[in-house]
Amino acid sequence: MIKRTFIGLAKPRLEYDVIDETLPAPVKVPKSKKVTLLSYGPWDPNCVVNVKNGDKVKTGQKIALNTGNDVVSPVTGTVSSVSEFTDGKGQKRAAVSIDVADVEEIDENFASFTKGQDFNQVKLYLAYAPGKPEFSIFSDADKPIKTVVICGADSDLMLVTRQYVLKSGIEDIKQGIKMLKKITGVQNVIMAVPQHLSQTAASTGAQVKVIDAQYPAANPFMICKDILGQVVPAGKSCEDIGVHMMSAEAVASIGKAFSLGKVPSEKIVTVIRKDETKALVSVTIGTPVKDVLKAVNVIANEGDRIVFGGPFTGTAAYSEDQPIEADADALIVQDSDDIPLVSDYPCINCGECVRACPVNIPVNMLVRLLENAMYEEAQNQYDLDSCIECGLCSYVCVARMPIFQYIRLAKHELARMNTVEATND
Amino acid sequence: MTNRKKFIVSHAPFWHDGSQISARSYHMMIAALPAVLFGLIQYGVPALAVLAFSVATAMLWELVMNYLMKRPVSIGDGNAALIGLLLGMMVPATTPWWAILMGTFVAILLGKHVYGGIGGNPFNPVLIALAVLMLSWADLFDFAEAYRNYEFDFAMVYPIAMLKYYGVSAISSFDTGALMMGKQIGGIGATFGLGLIIGGIYLIIRGIIRWEIAISFLVGVFVTALLFNMADSAKYAGPMFHLFAGYTLIGAFFLATEDSSSPVNFIPMLIYGAGAGIMTVLIRNIGVFVDGVVFAILLMNLVSPLLDKIRPKAIGKVA
Repeated sequence: MIKRTFIGLAKPRLEYDVIDETLPAPVKVPKSKKVTLLSYGPWDPNCVVNVKNGDKVKTGQKIALNTGNDVVSPVTGTVSSVSEFTDGKGQKRAAVSIDVADVEEIDENFASFTKGQDFNQVKLYLAYAPGKPEFSIFSDADKPIKTVVICGADSDLMLVTRQYVLKSGIEDIKQGIKMLKKITGVQNVIMAVPQHLSQTAASTGAQVKVIDAQYPAANPFMICKDILGQVVPAGKSCEDIGVHMMSAEAVASIGKAFSLGKVPSEKIVTVIRKDETKALVSVTIGTPVKDVLKAVNVIANEGDRIVFGGPFTGTAAYSEDQPIEADADALIVQDSDDIPLVSDYPCINCGECVRACPVNIPVNMLVRLLENAMYEEAQNQYDLDSCIECGLCSYVCVARMPIFQYIRLAKHELARMNTVEATND
Repeated sequence: MTNRKKFIVSHAPFWHDGSQISARSYHMMIAALPAVLFGLIQYGVPALAVLAFSVATAMLWELVMNYLMKRPVSIGDGNAALIGLLLGMMVPATTPWWAILMGTFVAILLGKHVYGGIGGNPFNPVLIALAVLMLSWADLFDFAEAYRNYEFDFAMVYPIAMLKYYGVSAISSFDTGALMMGKQIGGIGATFGLGLIIGGIYLIIRGIIRWEIAISFLVGVFVTALLFNMADSAKYAGPMFHLFAGYTLIGAFFLATEDSSSPVNFIPMLIYGAGAGIMTVLIRNIGVFVDGVVFAILLMNLVSPLLDKIRPKAIGKVA
C-alpha cells in the first residue's frame, strides 16, 4: 500500500511501474491436474447438454456451449464438470472443469482455419487467447470501429504484464497488427505505450503515442481524451466513438496464433506478493490460483485478500480454486494486516476526492446522494456518468467512505431500472 | 467446503493512502501547539485550566450526544477535542468554568450534532459557540478587564478594542513585530502570531487545510484594510495591524478552513476566503463589534454551499 507522503499539498502522484531493463524471465507455472474455464456469456443450464462429463478434449479444441459463448481448451484431458459460477460482478457464468491428461494432443481445426484464412472461425477461437482479443465489437454495425489502440502500458499500478509482452514479443505484435488489420479491416492502428517503450513500439511500424506515467493515464477514457483528443461523452463507451482498446498481449496472441497455427494458452501474469515484491509468471489459462501462488512461494492465509488485476481496478477472489482468466494481468496477495477497511463515517467535506478526480466530478456532493440511494439525481446533477472508475476518490478519502463501491452500485441500479422500464414499455 | 480458507472479498480500490479523520484532528492540534504553549507561558495555570476544561467538556458533550442519539461513540476521531481546544484558545484565561461548559455545549450540540454530527455542520461549531457567548455575555470578552490582575511589559489593553473606541492614535504603541511576537493581550492561543503562522504553514504543507482559503482570507483582510487606511489613515489602522491583531490569524488558519463549512472547489475557496477577510475588516471598521472574524466567517459559512456551485464542468459531460 502506498501511503500518503509527508507533504500532502499536491495531489497524490501514483506512477505506473516500469519494467526492469534486464527483462526477467517469467517463472513457468507447472501444468495443473485440473483447469477450469469460464465462459464469457451468461449461465444457461442447457449448456450441460452440449458438453457431457467424461468428454475428451484436445488442446486448442473449441468446447461449444449452448449460450454461444464457447470456450477453447488450453489443455488435453476429460471434462469433469460443467457448473454455474458467479463472478466478481455477480454475473452467473458457465464453468467447465477439465482433468488434464498426461499426453498432449493438438486439435488441428484452428490451423486449417488460419491456413484457409477463414477469419470468422479464427475470431471465435481467438476470443479465448491470452489478453482476450475481442472481435465481436467489430461486427456491430451501429458502432463502426475506426481506430484500434494497442495498449502497451499496464492498466493499473504495480503491473508489468503488458510491458513485458511488448518488450519480449515485438515480432508477434508486428505479425498481430498485420493480421488484425486483415481480419477487421481497420487500418488506423495506434500503439499507446509508456515513454521507455516508444522505441520498441516504433519498430512495429504502427503509429506510436506515449502514455503519461501517472495514474490513471492508461485508463481507456483517459487515452481517448489525452492521446486521441476525443473525449468520450458521459455514459458512453470508447466503442461509441469508434475506438477499441486492445492490450499488447491480445495482439501478440493474434500474431502468435497465426505464426504457430494454434491458439496460445500461456498467459503472462504479474504476481505481487504480500511484501509488494513482484514476480512474472507464465501460466496456462484456467490454472487455479493456488497453483500459481505455489510456484512463486506465496502462502495465502485465512483473512488475506487475493485480487485479480491491479490494486485500483481489480476484483477480489473468494477462493484459491478460482482460475486465471484470459484477461487477468495480475494477481495480488495482501496480508490481512495490510487491508485498509472502509468505515461508516459520513463525508467530512475535506475535498480530497474532488482534487484527486481526473474528470472533475463533484464527488463530495455525489456521494451524499449515493449514500441515500438518490441515483437519478446523482446522474442528472452531479455527473455520475462521467466517472471513469479509476478509484482515486476512495483511495484518498479521509473518512474512508466506500465511494467507488457506491458509484458502481449506482451505475448497476440505474442500468437495472432502465431494463425494467424498457420491458414495461 | 468446510476446510476452505476464507479470504477477504471486497471491492476495489484495494489500497488507501492511510489518511484518517483522527490523524487530521491531531495534526490540527499539533499545529496549534506553538500558540497554545505561548498562551500557557504567558497566562500560567488559569490558561491551562481553561484549555483542559474546554477540551474535556467538549469530549464529554460529544459522548453524551453519542449516547442520546444512539450513534457510535465518536470521540476517538479527535474532532470534539479539536473543537474544545480551539474554543479554549479564543477565550481569555480567566473565563469562568460555566461559560466554557456552556460554550462547548453549544459548540457540540448546536454547532455539530443537531446537523447529524461530523461533516454535517453548515457552520463552524467553534464560531457558533463563540457567537453565542459573545452575544450573551459580552463582558467575558472584555480582555482588558479580564486580565486586570496580570502585569506584563506591554500595554494591557486589547488592541482591537482600543482601535475601535479610541482610534489609530491609541494603538501607536503596538508595532507589527510586537504584535506578531504576542506582545498583546487576547485569547489564550490567539495572540502569538508567529506561532499561528508556523502552525498554519505546517497544516498547509501537510495538505490538511487549504492554502486557498487561508491565503485569500489574509489577502482579503490586507487589501480591505489597506483601502480603508488609504482613505483615512487617521481613522482606520493599517493592514499589518489588522493581520496580527485580534482573531485574524487563528481565523485564517484554524477556523475559516474548517472542512464541513467551507467550499472545496478552487474558485469558490478563493471567493469564500476573500469574502470572509473583507467582511472581517468591514465589521471591525464600520460595524458595531470589536472583532469581525467570528461573524465574518459565519456569514461566509452561510454562502459556502452556494459558492460550491461554481465548479469545473465534468469531462465528457454533454450540454
